[in-house]
Amino acid sequence: MGAKTALYPEHLNLGAKVVDFAGWDMPLHYGSQVEEHYKVRGEAGMFDVSHMTFVDLKGERVREFLRYLLANNVDRLKSPGRALYTCMLNEQGGVVDDLIVYYFDETYFRMVVNAGTHDKDMAWIQHHAKTFNVSVKELTDVALLAVQGPEARDKVHDLLSEKQREKAEALAPFNAVESEGFFISRTGYTGEDGYEVMVPADQAIDFWRRLHKIGVHPVGLGARDTLRLEAGMDLYSAEMDEETSPLEAGLKWTVAWEPQDRNFIGRGALEPQYNATPARKLVGLILDDRGVLRGHQRVIVDGKAVGEVTSGSFSPTLGKAIAFARVPYDVSGQVLVEMRGKQLPARVVKPPFVRHGKACFE
Amino acid sequence: MSNAPSHLKYAKSHEWVETAADGTCRIGISDHAQDLLGDMVFIELPEVGQALNAQDECAVVESVKAASDVYSPLTGEVVAVNEALVDGPDLVNRDPYGEGWLFTIKSTDSSELDDLLSADEYIQLNSEDDD
Repeated sequence: MGAKTALYPEHLNLGAKVVDFAGWDMPLHYGSQVEEHYKVRGEAGMFDVSHMTFVDLKGERVREFLRYLLANNVDRLKSPGRALYTCMLNEQGGVVDDLIVYYFDETYFRMVVNAGTHDKDMAWIQHHAKTFNVSVKELTDVALLAVQGPEARDKVHDLLSEKQREKAEALAPFNAVESEGFFISRTGYTGEDGYEVMVPADQAIDFWRRLHKIGVHPVGLGARDTLRLEAGMDLYSAEMDEETSPLEAGLKWTVAWEPQDRNFIGRGALEPQYNATPARKLVGLILDDRGVLRGHQRVIVDGKAVGEVTSGSFSPTLGKAIAFARVPYDVSGQVLVEMRGKQLPARVVKPPFVRHGKACFE
Repeated sequence: MSNAPSHLKYAKSHEWVETAADGTCRIGISDHAQDLLGDMVFIELPEVGQALNAQDECAVVESVKAASDVYSPLTGEVVAVNEALVDGPDLVNRDPYGEGWLFTIKSTDSSELDDLLSADEYIQLNSEDDD
């Protein structure tokens, strides 16, 4: 038995297929993963992502601390509620985790990090926070509902108080606001518009049910993975890990090199690589044949295994398999992927695969 | 809970067999199997006219989760395949014992049917697996 979110009883009520995810009992789907995927692309779906780790950071030197801890530059966060996607690197330039950091005020930031890396992240953050006298507090009595899809924002607005609604409607993408006990963030992991709404744990089931009643579909982690893959978003431990540089994981855009005098963990190791051509790169693959690309399948060029699929799945939107793969930097055009004793041709493309419900790869 | 109709026979590898009045046998995968695999995305079927031995790999059901081989429960010749699965693999999920059938075989060894499991035995087997 794993840990359970506040919404766990509701998942059981809804007949979810429950699986272990990083020590949590989480819904994989509520019947059909593919149907759930379509609901998010076409209407609105909601995910329980309360298993993620929420960390509040407070102190006079919290901005200085995060300038050092994170590879992206928190100095880009100037207005309250602004969010930033970033990697947290180790000294070797490998990725400890990827996360979203929010700015509230000069003494208060919040980070949302992965569930699968909870223990090492907390140890890492606490270790470095000491030097800056920053307090690190994990939020545990909250639930996070990701409501995503073209109709998601309107549906959420219908359930908010007038005051909350006014603030939510005014949010630009990658901004959040705290209002009357709800933390409403215009972020997500699907490529669709929507919110991630943090509510007190004891209000989670009520909020979920009210969303369900107005037509927001419950969606499990299975569709969450195919949605993020179509949207071209990395998954920690698949596309990157402590041995992988963000420069080889398609995440160069998240490493803030300027100003040059900002010393962040991993900078020294990345510096020589930054302007050089990396040995490997992350690409998108599309399989036009029948079959499904899956993690760890070998990528073959000129008869030699040169790389592997990091994440792959069937894309419901495209009706064919798509994947991320790490390959040598000069690979382009077409490769072969080994699956079930066969080698099938796959096209090398630049992700994302799907934007606004339609194919968009180059 | 997944169901297993009592008029069918089952293989341990999760195929079902339905014997028709003309002696041909229709074959598919069980509700339990489709439930474990999740949404089907591609189905590879045998060729009509193909000769199969019992236990031969003869089809592939590929879901969002995994690709899985289907083994022929019987020896014989394939006399029909369910072409509707090419564009509608989800039929296997929605109606595993009906519209989601895979292929029909003309069995040449009826004694093989006796080696298959009854519905009760099959349900028992699955409940042991769940423990």
